[in-house]
This record gives sequence, structure tokens and C-alpha cells, in this order.
Amino acid sequence: MKEEIKNSNWKLRKGTIIAAKQMTDAEKWFDIRLEDGELDHEPGQFVQVELYGVGEAPISVCSSPTKRGSFELTVRATGRLTNAMHKLDAGDQLGIRGPFGKPFPVKVMAGNDLLFVAGGLGIAPLRSLINYVFDNRRDFGKVDILLGCRTPHDMLFGSEIGTWQKRLDLNFLCTVDRGAPDWKGNVGLITTLIPGVTIQPERTFAVVVGPPVMYKFVIAELIKKKVPERQIVLSLERHMKCGMGKCGHCQIDHPKNYYCCKDGPTFTYDEVKESKKL
Amino acid sequence: MNYHILKKDELDGFIKKLSGKMKVVAPVARGAGNFAFQEVSGASEIALKYIPTILPPKKYFMPQRETMLEFDISGAKPSDTAVVDAGETAVFGVHTCDLAGIQCLNMVFSERPRDYNYLRRKDKILLIGLECGDYCDEYASCALVNSHMPSGGYDLFFTDLGDRFIIHVHTQKAEELVEEMGLAKAVPADMTALEKVRAHKRSVFKKEVNVDPRKLPAIFAAGADSKVWKDVGARCVSCGNCTNVCPSCYCFDMADTMNLDLKTGVRTRTWDSCQLEPFAQVAGGENFRKERSERQRHRYFRKFKYSVDKFYRFFCTGCGRCTRTCMADISLKETLTSLVKENV
Repeated sequence: MKEEIKNSNWKLRKGTIIAAKQMTDAEKWFDIRLEDGELDHEPGQFVQVELYGVGEAPISVCSSPTKRGSFELTVRATGRLTNAMHKLDAGDQLGIRGPFGKPFPVKVMAGNDLLFVAGGLGIAPLRSLINYVFDNRRDFGKVDILLGCRTPHDMLFGSEIGTWQKRLDLNFLCTVDRGAPDWKGNVGLITTLIPGVTIQPERTFAVVVGPPVMYKFVIAELIKKKVPERQIVLSLERHMKCGMGKCGHCQIDHPKNYYCCKDGPTFTYDEVKESKKL
Repeated sequence: MNYHILKKDELDGFIKKLSGKMKVVAPVARGAGNFAFQEVSGASEIALKYIPTILPPKKYFMPQRETMLEFDISGAKPSDTAVVDAGETAVFGVHTCDLAGIQCLNMVFSERPRDYNYLRRKDKILLIGLECGDYCDEYASCALVNSHMPSGGYDLFFTDLGDRFIIHVHTQKAEELVEEMGLAKAVPADMTALEKVRAHKRSVFKKEVNVDPRKLPAIFAAGADSKVWKDVGARCVSCGNCTNVCPSCYCFDMADTMNLDLKTGVRTRTWDSCQLEPFAQVAGGENFRKERSERQRHRYFRKFKYSVDKFYRFFCTGCGRCTRTCMADISLKETLTSLVKENV
């Protein structure tokens, strides 16, 4: 006997894309409005995006909750759902579940200095926090932002980052793995930027988001700088298929049995350092 | 305590009466020493002495494939409905190991955010347990995880007393059923006979691995880098049989399927296996459990370590299915024995 489940956690919220823009060859940006109101997320959380007939994929929200009315996603075309999503534009509709996950500990971080370290697409989830901090600027101390990309061509949010470079209330540094003829900035891995930053480690929270391979090296540099392990905040990557701590895909090999979707994706290094892989 | 009696020659009438009210499923012999839970209409079809079925009765609580959402994209705006397809079902003849498996799943799916598909099915199932008087075969390790004795998780529980069953009535739902069926109350002689069965069991069922089970989580914690996992990984062929037949494995995948009209479609949940290579892979290419040894270790940890931390119980019910079905002869008892030896 088939029956409807009114309160099912699998029900989708209906979203409409109100703006979309190709950012690089691989990444596209979307601004999405929900039919039932605000997404009501916190910095660092993610949503499940459903395209009817294609499937679902977990995507980090890249806009701050201080921006009302809609939320933004930056999507790299890499799987089935994300490739299909790149074909969408303003006016197209999609399903949303969420927000899911433990956000960045903004209340704990308030009153401290912040050192953001973003590698590649890691700038997307981090941007939800960076813009949140900008909109609540006086609640935080000194802000440093370090950004690393493969090439200048891969840089996301270029025009926005242009304004960061001009702001006086933060220090912004950028590096690329491989330069280009018109590139005048740093060339080298993101780890090369860390020694040059002046911080007071005891009152600094370092927030690090990037590809899994980046964490080990960045964390080693931060520890050299004497940033306490509890003040190194990470956002880990796993394939969250349900978002509810059940499907098993995102479980981290750690004595504490973390589900990345529910116990994370944000963790302090202290919490996850015993993991087999970050 | 509420015990009733059903004569063995009355079982057929009991099953027939029950199947007049709802679908009745029970273990049925399928040849070559295999058994499966399937629909029955009379007692003659039921295998009262059976070794654990190929698939555990979890298939009635969480089917291999299940529609979670139906959607329609033909209109100006897509619409969807969350659905469950659940009918009144009596699952008869469930051994204590499988009852323990269902109790594990109950905990997982009632934890918030709740899974209403599972919970709705659970509400509609009448669970009738059946006691094992002896070991089913050498693969079982139920005494190790203490699932060889009944400890709740059923509506009715049958124990064979030779010419009759003594039935423990455990829930209100079962109480009403027993009343309707007009089953006689058990007398003190029946209780003595039941106690004899249990005493025999206590003498037969012994811990199958020489270890204090309370120490297992700590042994696992210490053995995360044990060579046992390399040995097991070297033999494993990543077929995923062990997780499919496990009564407490519940990992799943979600997928959309469009109907042929290309206007409507469904979102389905399918059993998945942590033993398959892409299970922990992310779109960027990174695979967090690329090696078979890592995946096997993960499976064992989810049975003996993680589950104890999270739900305060083993998620191994000792049914022995993973060992019985393994194409590479990976034995749960042997793996545990090696791990224990290494870490004592």
C-alpha cells in the first residue's frame, strides 16, 4: 500500500536559479532563490542539489547568511550532477535539501584574529565565512587571507578578490602553482605564503579549506607557527549522499566514527588529527 | 510474564489464520542447504529448522531497492511526493541473531533526522521470533556477541518444546492476536520445559572466540594498523556479498530514474556496500578507502568498534552469513582470533 510521507526528510525544497555565470572553464556560479523562504544556513554548511532525473550531489554554500533572499553555489563540472548543472541558467529550477552539516565555529572565533587559507575550489565554502566576517567585521580581530590556485586563469571570484586587495581591514596574499605571461604575483604552493604572515598564534584561528592533499602541508606550516591544534579549523571533503548520517559514504576513518555530513564537514585539527586521511 | 502454548499440529491453522489478516513470510528451504524468507500460506512450506537465510529479514524493513520520492517535471514547476510502500506483514520464524540485527537497524533509523520510510515499515511488521535450540553450523558466533538468547525485539517468540511451542507474548499487538487466536496459557510444566531448553543452550553455546567481548572495542582500537587487515585485504575480491547478507549493514546509495515518458520519475534508495571501490570516492578523484584492506578494516570496525561507541552495542549479531557467503573464505571468527592474538 503506497502512502505519502508528509514529513519525509527526503522531500525537496524548490529553488529557482536567479543568476548564473561561468567563472572559469570548469566552475560555474549560481544564485538560487527558494520558494519557501530563506535557506537559513550558517557559514560552512552545504546543501544537496537535486536535478530531477539526474540525481543529487552535495555542494558547499559559498554565500554568507548575511546575504538575504537567495544563496550562492560555485560548482565545478566533475561528476554527473555537476556536469548537468553547468547546462542550467537563470530561470531554471532545481531541488534543494538542507542546509546540512556543522558550520564553522563563528561564535568561538569571534574576538580572535583569523587566518584564512584557501586552496583552489576551497575558496567557495570559505567565502561564506569570509563574507560573514566582513559583514560583522568589528567582532573579529586582524584578518589575513591566503589564496592559492593552480594558474591565474583558475582564480575564482576575481572581481570580488580585487576589492579584497584594496581593503585596509585585511591582508590578502595570493599565489599560483604555475604563472602566466601577465601574472605579476607570487608563484609557488600555498605553503610558501604562510611563513611570511605575522600572527599572534595564541589568539589566531586558522581556517583551512582546500583539496585533501593540501591539508597535511598547510597544517605542518601552521604548527610551525605555533597555532594551537584546537584553533586550526578545517572543512573536510567526502561524498555525503544523504546528509543525515546514515548512508555511510562520508564516514571518516577515525576512532570517533565521524560522519562528515553530520559531525562535520568543519572540524578542528585537534578533533580529526587521528584520522587515517584528512 | 505472559506465555502461551501452540500445539505443533495447530501451527498450520495459526499461519493460515494469520495469512487471512496480513502477508506472512517465513523461512523456506530453497535447496542446496539454502533458505530464504518468502511468502507462505501454510505451515508445511516453512522450514522450522534452518540455518540463517541467504538474506536476513532486514529486506522487509529496508528493501534492496525502494522508492523514496516520485516526481513530475511535465508542469511549469516540478512537483514531488515522498512515498513509502508498506503493507501489514508478519515475519515468522526469526532467529535471535536476526532479531538483534533488526534492533540495530531500529536504532540507526530512529536516530534524528529520522527515516520515516523505515519507521513506517517497522510499524506494519509483526515480528515472530523462533528459538534456536542448537548451533546452526560452525560459522555462527552468536554467543560471543550474546545474541543467542532472546532479549526482546519481537512481538511473539516461539520456542520448540517437542510436541508444542511455548510462545512469549511481548507486546500489546501480540497480546491481542493471541487472544483472538484463542491460544491456551502456559502451565508450570511448560515453563519447566522451557527452562530445560535454555539450560541446554547455556551448556552448548560457548564464546566462539577466546576473548572477553567487552575488550573487543579496545582490541580493535589498538589493532587499527594490524597486519590482519593486510591479510584479509589480500584475499578480498570486493564483491560486497558480506555486507549484502549482513543483518545490520544499512549503507545505501540514492539514484534517480526517469520513466519512459520522460516526464515522471522516481528517486530510489538501493543497498550499497562499503566493500566496493568507489564507495568512499569523491568527485575530485580522491578515494578515502582505496585499498581492499582499508575497506575490510572499515567493515569490521563498524561491527565491533564504531557501533559500540555510538550505539553501545555490537553491530555483529554472530549470524555467520558473511563467512558463509564469502567467495575468498574470509572468516569472521578467524579474523577476530588473529586480531585478538596480536593484541592481547
